[in-house]
Formats: sequence, structure tokens, C-alpha cells
Amino acid sequence: MCRPTYYRIAYEINPWMSLKRPARRRRAAAQWHRLHQLLTQDLGARVRLLAPRASVPDLVFTANAGLVAGRTLIRSNFRYPQRQLEEPVVERYFRRAGFGIVRLHERYRFEGEGDALWLGQTLVFGFRFRSDAPVHEELARRLRVRVLPVELADRRFYHLDTCFCPLDARSALWFPGAFDRYGRRVIEHLVARLISVSEADARRFVCNAIVINRAVVVQAGLSAGLRRRLTRLGLRVHQLDLSEFLKAGGSAKCLVLTLRRAQPQEERT
Amino acid sequence: MASEIVHVSGHIIDSLILPKVLDEIMDLDGTFEILEIAVGKRKTDTSSARLRVHATSQRHLDHILKRLARLGAMPLHLRDVRLARAPKEGVFPGAFYSTTNLPTDIRFRGRWRPVQSIEMDCGIVVNPSTGAARCTPMTSIRKGDWVVCGVEGIKVTPLERARVAEVFQFMTSAVSSEKPKAQLIERLAREMRSIKRARQKILVVAGPAVVHTGSGPYLERLIKAGFVQVLFAGNGLATHDIESALYGTSLGVRLDRGVAVKDGHDHHMRAINTIRQLGGIRHAVRRRMLRRGIMHACVKRRVPFILTGSIRDDGPLPDVITDTLKAQEAMRKQIPGVGLALMIASTLHAIATGNMLPATVKTVCVDINPAVVTKLSDRGTFQGIGIVSDSESFLRELVRALRL
Repeated sequence: MCRPTYYRIAYEINPWMSLKRPARRRRAAAQWHRLHQLLTQDLGARVRLLAPRASVPDLVFTANAGLVAGRTLIRSNFRYPQRQLEEPVVERYFRRAGFGIVRLHERYRFEGEGDALWLGQTLVFGFRFRSDAPVHEELARRLRVRVLPVELADRRFYHLDTCFCPLDARSALWFPGAFDRYGRRVIEHLVARLISVSEADARRFVCNAIVINRAVVVQAGLSAGLRRRLTRLGLRVHQLDLSEFLKAGGSAKCLVLTLRRAQPQEERT
Repeated sequence: MASEIVHVSGHIIDSLILPKVLDEIMDLDGTFEILEIAVGKRKTDTSSARLRVHATSQRHLDHILKRLARLGAMPLHLRDVRLARAPKEGVFPGAFYSTTNLPTDIRFRGRWRPVQSIEMDCGIVVNPSTGAARCTPMTSIRKGDWVVCGVEGIKVTPLERARVAEVFQFMTSAVSSEKPKAQLIERLAREMRSIKRARQKILVVAGPAVVHTGSGPYLERLIKAGFVQVLFAGNGLATHDIESALYGTSLGVRLDRGVAVKDGHDHHMRAINTIRQLGGIRHAVRRRMLRRGIMHACVKRRVPFILTGSIRDDGPLPDVITDTLKAQEAMRKQIPGVGLALMIASTLHAIATGNMLPATVKTVCVDINPAVVTKLSDRGTFQGIGIVSDSESFLRELVRALRL
């Protein structure tokens, strides 16, 4: 994670960002702090911190830094120049932390865990707005896994992690309206237990949730129906107010990058 | 029709990327053919496919390709052509690309540009400021010209096979003297009429045998009726045509009776001398010294003729271009717009012309000697028919079929 010391709305690169709606830094800091506390103290996650930098306000959204596989970081090639400034910062951090760095072909864009999410042993890869389709082949080759590219169809849900959230190897939360019919068919075929969220929930970024074992950390305000369905699956739902980060088009998941995946119970046995 | 080969690979089957690519092409009114598909054997294996996308125009194609690029289906020819400067006058750079006579496009600064005046065994010169590409023979290369090298960024389009049987498909088999000619000539006449309607040019390459066999008047009739827009020939055809116009003989043989006349052997020399005296064929026509024949018809109908010399020419006539390179250049100037080339009883001129023609030009080669017809067909003349026939009977039939 990265402290939101310098977090602010400095530019507009997605439909959620507006220079007219600036982020309140102290509130953001408090919200981020609660998330950090919840993850480290209540859910027992080990969190490493990346030092914030004034020149890159969006560094706080570490999920987009890249994709970690073992001790290697597949570094992002950001779409927008404003965020491309994060690339060297991320690279330096991971190199010092002893990770190997993989840079993808510079012709193609890739925004890390924002567009690549694991569902069991399959990597689901969202493309169009921020990542380019051909990247999926390189990911498949490097990781030696099946990578399924799905095209995103709604500009508001510009990253895969804004509309799709694997809960375990067999179930996921999703907003079907964010995909085209091919993507919908692929996901329906792939995921045994799919929980569709309403558009209102999707706009609250409930799909941008952090899943640690059987706990789900999600933006506060999700509908009662959805909460019930999650609980019925045996998931503990932790609601947090992350409204300051919503102003930049991000929520819980965007604020963390997975360094080591906790193996879900189904896969362990 | 514009087309491009695209390649798509990865987990394209499970992710429905491939069906989506195909659907996209159809939704955008394009067509495709799958050239190759390799499907991964295990779940983690990737698959790949190569397809040719067809569209009605380059713009239409670009539109489709742009959409496909988003899905990761990339054109194979993504690179621009490599250019190098010509080191000397008349010398290509070492790795120059040698052309075919098929329609060719080059990719320069990210755009496909057609190569103008395509001709086999030449190079391609690119104007870097405009991006215009021109097929250029070796001798016309200027020092410092930018010449296309290597094979990257070059697209050669094979001619499509016609869906319906055409006359130019009719005799794609080996040349033979044992084929029905009347029907073939009938179809050729139809083709000539449609070429004329399309305002394309008909080029005739004729040898002196046209005059010797007494078929000169038929060719004259074709010219007068507007079925010939360009004539390529040598000193021989013009000389014997003028001899027959002035003396009624060809090589001293009376064309009407077929007998040799006394002292007729020098008629052709006297004919040449007369024309040289008058300063050329056009002058002879203008001064009404030359009043009939093929050359007369050409001048009267303002049909350009290119007479090119050879080493055994008598005279030659003042109109004959004796510098081979200049002659090639003069012939090349007449090629654009030619839709059909009719080569009658000529070997060297026919082959020289065949070399200069783009493959899209339909060619008809008529000769009494099957070897000549075969030789021309073997030189990469794609849309050609060969007719083994005496030129007199061929032209007589053709004139009849055209109802002239």
C-alpha cells in the first residue's frame, strides 16, 4: 500500500475524476488509515508500504503498479502520461525489495492488477480502456497459465477490478453491464457461482473489494440484498467508507497490490 | 478490393476473441478467409490464427483493421519498406527489391501506397516528401534516388481468378494449334468492344508478316474503326506497309496476285529512300505521297506508333528509334491505360512489350509458330491467350467478328 500523503485530484483521466470535486486530504488519510488497520490488525494481512511522492498523486492506487507473480513484478505500462511517472518509482521500490522486474513490450499498455485478476489458476484480463489485448499473450507465456482476455464495454468501469471481483476459485462478484456479450459469455462459462450486482451497487464500486480468505472489505453503502448474498456464501463483509478515493475512480481493491496470494481453502485441500 | 493479412494469437478460443474478430469483420461488411489456425492442445497453450480480411476499399479496410487491432488482431505487414539511396546513375542499391508485373503496394510512413506503372524486373523509387512510389527500370535510376530494398512492407496482390468463365480463362492451358479458333476470335471481338466501351486502350504489336501475308488491309480497317489506340512495330512492318502502299508489293511480291515482279527486290529500299527524302512518315502522309496502308491509317487517325530499330534493319525509316533505351522509354510512355495487347506475328517486339505490361493487361499472342506463343506465355503474362494461326486468317476472322 502507499499512504495518501500527496493524494489529490490533479487531472481527469476517467469519468469519475473531476477537478471541480477535489479530494479532502485529511479525510482521505483517515479513510486509508482505517483500511490499513483493518487489513493488518483484524484480517492478519502483512502490508508493505511504498513511500509516497508528491509528483505522483495516484501512486496510492498501488493495484495498478503491476502484477506480482512469485518474486517477480510484471511492471505496468500506464496508458496516461500522468501515471507513467509512477513506473520508475514502482520499479525502484520492487528492485530494492529484491523482486525481479519484467517490462512488457513498450508498444502495449498494461495496468497491472487493475486489469488482471486471478480466478483459481486462470488469470482474467480486462482490456480496451487501459490495457491492450495483445498483452494477454505475453502474460500467458511468462506465467505459463491460461489468460482469458475480456473486453470492457463501459467507460465508467475502465479497469477490470471495478466490475469483477473473484471471491474464491469458483465464485465472483461482477457487474455484467460492464462487459460485452462475448466477455459475459466467457465469464459465465468460467465462474461457477456468479453474483451479479446492480448498477447502483456497481457505481458504489462494490466490485472493487479486497478478499482475504473469507473476509471481504468493501465500500460502505452496499445494498442489503447483496450483503445477504455475500453472507450466505460464508463471507464476512467489512464495510468501510472510502468515499474520498471514489472521487478518483477507485476504492478498496485499487489501494492494495497483492504481493502474495493467500491460497483459498478450496485450493489448499 | 483491398485486403490485408492479420494475425491474432493467445487464448483466443476460450476467450471468444477469435469468434469476435470474425463477427466484427462481418458486422463491418468485410469478408475474411482463414489462412491458418493452430489450436493449443492444453488449457495453458495458446492458439493462433492468420486470416485475410477483404474490404471494398482501402478506407473500409483501415476501418476494419482499426477495430481488429483493439482485439489484438494485427496486420502482418506492420513495418514500413526499407529505402536506400542509389549509389550511381543507373545502379540500384545492393539489396534492391526486383519487381513483378503484379499490382504492388508499399507501406511507407504507416500507409499503403500503390506502385505506379508496375512492370516486371524493375525497382521501386519512392519520393520521400510525397510518398509516391514508381516502378523504375534500372537505366532510369538517378544517383541518390530512394529505392525500396528488402521485402518488408511490400504487398504483391495476385490476380483474382474470375468467377465467370472469360475468354482470357478459356485458353489458359498449353498453347495448341488444335483449338477452335472461330469461337475464340468471336469472344475476343466481344472483349475488344467492351474494352473500347470502358475507354481503355488497345495496343497492337505487329510484325512484318502482317503485310507479307496480305492482312495489312484488315489491320488498317481495325485502326480506322478505332479498335487500335497504340501501335508498336519495327522498321520491317512500316517499310513493307509503305512499300505496298507505293508499289503494291511486299518484298517485291505483288500482294494482289502473289507473284514476284521484275526488279521488285529493291522496292522496299526505294520506299525507305522516299520516306527519308520526305523527312518521315507523317510528312509523307501530309504531302499525300503516302495514301493508304497501316501507317497512313495511324497518322490519319492520330494513333501513336512507336517504331523501334534492330540490328538488321535496312534504312531505317526516319521514324524508327534506333537507341534501344530511348525506344523502351517511348514504349513505356504509351503503356498506361492499355487494357488489351494484341501481338500479331512478332517475336522480339511482342516479348519486349510483354515485359513492360502489368499483369492486369490482357494479352493475345497470335503467331504461326507455337514456340513464340509459348515463349510469351512463359514470361509471366498472366491473363494471356495464345492463338497459333496465320496472321491473315486471324485478322480476317477478327474483322468479320467485329463486323467491320
